[in-house]
Amino acid sequence: MNGQINWTALWVFVFFFALVTVMGFWASRWNRSAKQGAHLDEWGLGGRSFGTWITWFLVGGDFYTAYTVIAVPALVYAVGAYGFFALPYTILVYPIVFVIMPRLWHAAQRAGHVTAADVVYGRYKSRPLELAVAATAVVATMPYIALQLVGMGVVINALGFTGELPLAAAFVILALYTYSAGLRAPALIAFVKDLMIYIVVLVAVILVPMKLGGYAHVFDVASHAYAAKKAGGLLLKPAQYLPYASLALGSAMAAFMYPHTLTGIFAAKSADTIRKNAVFLPAYTVLLGLIALLGYMAYAAGVDVHGNNNAVVPALFAALFPDWFVGFAFAAIAIGALVPAAVMSIGAANLFTRNFWKAYVQPGVSPSGEAKVAKIVSLVVKVGALAIILVLPTKFALDLQLLGGVWILQTFPAVVFGLFFAWFRAPALLLGWAVGLATGTSLVFMDGVKPVHTFVLGTDSYTLYTGIFALVVNVVVALVAQLLLGSRFGAKPLAPAA
Amino acid sequence: MWLLLLLPFIGLLWVPFYNTDGLPALFGFPFFYWYQLLWVPITAFLIWLVYRDGVRKGVK
Repeated sequence: MNGQINWTALWVFVFFFALVTVMGFWASRWNRSAKQGAHLDEWGLGGRSFGTWITWFLVGGDFYTAYTVIAVPALVYAVGAYGFFALPYTILVYPIVFVIMPRLWHAAQRAGHVTAADVVYGRYKSRPLELAVAATAVVATMPYIALQLVGMGVVINALGFTGELPLAAAFVILALYTYSAGLRAPALIAFVKDLMIYIVVLVAVILVPMKLGGYAHVFDVASHAYAAKKAGGLLLKPAQYLPYASLALGSAMAAFMYPHTLTGIFAAKSADTIRKNAVFLPAYTVLLGLIALLGYMAYAAGVDVHGNNNAVVPALFAALFPDWFVGFAFAAIAIGALVPAAVMSIGAANLFTRNFWKAYVQPGVSPSGEAKVAKIVSLVVKVGALAIILVLPTKFALDLQLLGGVWILQTFPAVVFGLFFAWFRAPALLLGWAVGLATGTSLVFMDGVKPVHTFVLGTDSYTLYTGIFALVVNVVVALVAQLLLGSRFGAKPLAPAA
Repeated sequence: MWLLLLLPFIGLLWVPFYNTDGLPALFGFPFFYWYQLLWVPITAFLIWLVYRDGVRKGVK
């Protein structure tokens, strides 16, 4: 922690990192059907062949990112109960997945679509709407990849390294095996990553309270700590009810609009696979709830991070675990960054290839040509994310990721509505998207890059997640535009399948 | 059947209901925490009920 390299931890860390690197390269030989050869479906969607188990590990490994493991406890440590909105968020996401995603999968499967923007184009035959959805998704994903690097950087620093060389090296290795193996690499690595994270968290939630005198004591110490610093607490203040609930709901609606989560959906081999996963994926949410508690345990353990809240989890582990387990836990977090970073770059590459390259540059591109373009783009995306982290302050990536959440939520109507009814046409949805995006972005900036906005109505004030408010504006604008424009503009959308 | 899926939204988004000191702790966890954690298995179970219903009706 003080610039001293922890050798035992380092060796364990390096061992597991090397293990997943070998697996990542080996993944290109795994389960590849020879007849398909080089095809974007193979590289970008793992041949659309993932069953219930692989999908469970992949989506679990990809949705509950390393950054989550670092940032959620950090937020809980800083503000208390408010940071727990991640828990209702990651519960409510599953009824939403269950209702929407099997339909999206069917729509993609029927027409061979690879991205959500493909599905939108297939439904509305509108290039501008397709581009709006694709561009939003790519822009929202870039900072998300950068934050995985932040998560990895935190544990690399905690091992005693300074400087950015180890981080850059880890990312180059990741870029190379993603290039060669595509989605199969993170799918295979996700097994190791998820098992390691489960072990670390189970050990932490059993062992740590034993060392610290039980959960009642952990909560008690944390409660006193918040009272002493006169900020946060174990319960929400009434003014936090609406922000808490709207952040949970808005985040849940946005979660599966991101390309990395959708890539996991499109790669599933059947709609039934997705439905079963909506039943079983909540197991990860239990884990997340327990991870969030690490923020409270840090108080009971007397960990002091000198205002650098992101260091809470590594500092807690370093204070309580033997060195070899510290290495194991840090490796779990670092590998936990690789899986989402790989899937995010693949999702972004698929979008670029299908909805920009094929749409505007080379309409006649063959499936193997698509795979070539996507592989190169995945490298460019990763280098871009690395550059964001190395060149710009971390705060920039954090702010962009927050904005990205508001932005990605604005694609919800275009992606989802058409799966259920064929009333909206593309111009109305596009206008709604544009106004929602502008509203959300300007409010976020007016508030000094904060996720919530306070509205004053008379003597009352209401604070809401800005993304949800922008989504309401988005839908209202689309409704009004559709009523005014009627069916004169835009092609009639294909009726959704029953 | 599908209405079952609304229950988690009601249970979790109505924050004042569970944001209270007045209800009992469990295994040292204050109510606010164990109540929300409890919704994880409940939600999985509700989704499973709807899923099973769909399988019986032959949903593809």
